[in-house]
Amino acid sequence: MNPIYASRRRNDVIIRMLCLAAALFGVTWLALILFTLFYNGLAGLNLAVFAQDTPPPGSTDGGLRNAIIGSIIMTVIGVGIGAPLGLFAGTYLAEYGKHDKLTSVIRFINDILLSAPSIIIGLFIYGAIVVPMGGFSAFAGCLALAVIVIPVVVRTTEDMLGLVPNPLREAASALGLPRSLVIRRIAYRAARAGLITGVLLATARVAGETAPLLFTALSNQFFSLDLTKTMANLPVTINNFVQSPYVYWKQLAWSGALLITLTVLALNIGARILGAERTSK
Amino acid sequence: MAVESDVMEAAGPYDRARALSAFKFGDVTFYWITRACAISVLLILGGIIVSLIIGAWPAIQEYGAAFLWTQRWAPSADPPVLGALGPVYGTLITSVIAMAIAIPVGLGIAVFLTEICPLWLRRPIGLAIELLAGIPSIIYGMWGFFVLGPFLANNFQPFMISMFDGVPVLGTIFAGPPSYLSLFNASLILAIMVLPFITAISVDVFKTVPPVLKEAAYGVGCTTWEVVRNVVVPYTRVGVIGGIMLALGRALGETMAVTFIIGNSFKIQSSIFAPGTTISAAIASEFAESDGLHQSGLILLGLLLFVLTFCVLAAARLMLMRLEKKAGN
Repeated sequence: MNPIYASRRRNDVIIRMLCLAAALFGVTWLALILFTLFYNGLAGLNLAVFAQDTPPPGSTDGGLRNAIIGSIIMTVIGVGIGAPLGLFAGTYLAEYGKHDKLTSVIRFINDILLSAPSIIIGLFIYGAIVVPMGGFSAFAGCLALAVIVIPVVVRTTEDMLGLVPNPLREAASALGLPRSLVIRRIAYRAARAGLITGVLLATARVAGETAPLLFTALSNQFFSLDLTKTMANLPVTINNFVQSPYVYWKQLAWSGALLITLTVLALNIGARILGAERTSK
Repeated sequence: MAVESDVMEAAGPYDRARALSAFKFGDVTFYWITRACAISVLLILGGIIVSLIIGAWPAIQEYGAAFLWTQRWAPSADPPVLGALGPVYGTLITSVIAMAIAIPVGLGIAVFLTEICPLWLRRPIGLAIELLAGIPSIIYGMWGFFVLGPFLANNFQPFMISMFDGVPVLGTIFAGPPSYLSLFNASLILAIMVLPFITAISVDVFKTVPPVLKEAAYGVGCTTWEVVRNVVVPYTRVGVIGGIMLALGRALGETMAVTFIIGNSFKIQSSIFAPGTTISAAIASEFAESDGLHQSGLILLGLLLFVLTFCVLAAARLMLMRLEKKAGN
């Protein structure tokens, strides 16, 4: 065979192998992390984890009840504030301001906020809410999460509404429906699966966020439902327990980590299944 | 019949006007609600900048530009001496190492997924890579702290240290002793974390290459590698660079994963196996217990980080927008 052909084929095989190795490298990390989480987390996962509050230093019984409930409350409120705001903002970008100068500026800023470091969001809420209100509070934590939710929902809402075919809107307008009803009754309904996907992805994003809660909601050793006080939450509790000297605390941290990861991955996979259904229709 | 039409005539115009005005009111309200929400996105950015500047103002007045090149970080001294050089150095060096690992691997996976992988395997591998992006960063930190750190310190680092011992420059970079908490460990975790971003965007932009271009190249006898190098990459270069910048923006600001395994040392050391710190790690570990000038200094660090990531992300978006325009035409 011509030596040029041989060397070209050799290069091709080498590169293919390297790409295969890269893919294996990436998948291996996911497998390794999940394996460690299950290996260390399952052992300590029992009813007490859900039924009892976080233990005081040195104690060997207790669970994560207050942290789990606190996390759920703050995630729900955070998404509850951020998702409608993001939804409306995305609606404006996709429906009203399509050819606006303002729209392109907002889109650009939103894309930057989408990847802005979450610790900066924490600093922002600390300066804007915690200091004026005179103390750490769960409400500040919710707002920090909401600020992270907004850009994610804006982005997906705009993309999804953009996929709704225009003839649908035109047909509705021709029947005499006013613009706002065309959007709410027709465009939202056509893009429903996509919009829910966006909210799920945003929920997954904030469910495990730690940095913005470190100095907004802080954490609390006790069970509390008061939004104006500090509130326990899983990520910050894990953060505190990992660095502690107590074996039992570390065990709880692993269990909490397993819970968070499973929740987040389930949300991610759920969002993807929903998204796939929409595109196959 | 006649009565009924009389009733309708009497009620009709009235209801019609009312319905129309209700529609009009609803329309205007909805328009302004959505517009206000859209503008609130701008307000959030403005709020972030203003609150950071206000918070950092005492430190700006106290240290001025010297903050940037002072290495000493002694918040408990009287008066506190604060300098950003250590964290800025750590942030840049970890991000650079992370990108050096993640770029080739991420692009490799993207090429694998778009050109080489059999169709049935594409979805599972793509999903695995995307899930890697979904894992919360505190989990990476915990995993790095308990698993990766000890592994690197016991196996990888001694090997590198003995291999480069006595070699002029590399010997200093890979100097001992091995450590659970080091710049290199943090970089490796960062690389794993940004890998999915590079892969996802590269796959997206690789898909914008018109199939006819690739088919033409395959048709004249190019190998897969030649198609990738001579057709796919030149066509998508701007988009790939945009994706890389986006990942760099993530790496610069990543907090929890790094905080666990970097060791929080403000001293700049030449070895990458030595502990260090990054801007975000410094804020995360010290902010809750800080006050006065120390706190202001930390917020100033945050402002620096924000400016840095803002520039990187803005450049990334501009590049990606250029590619979108090209794809649109």
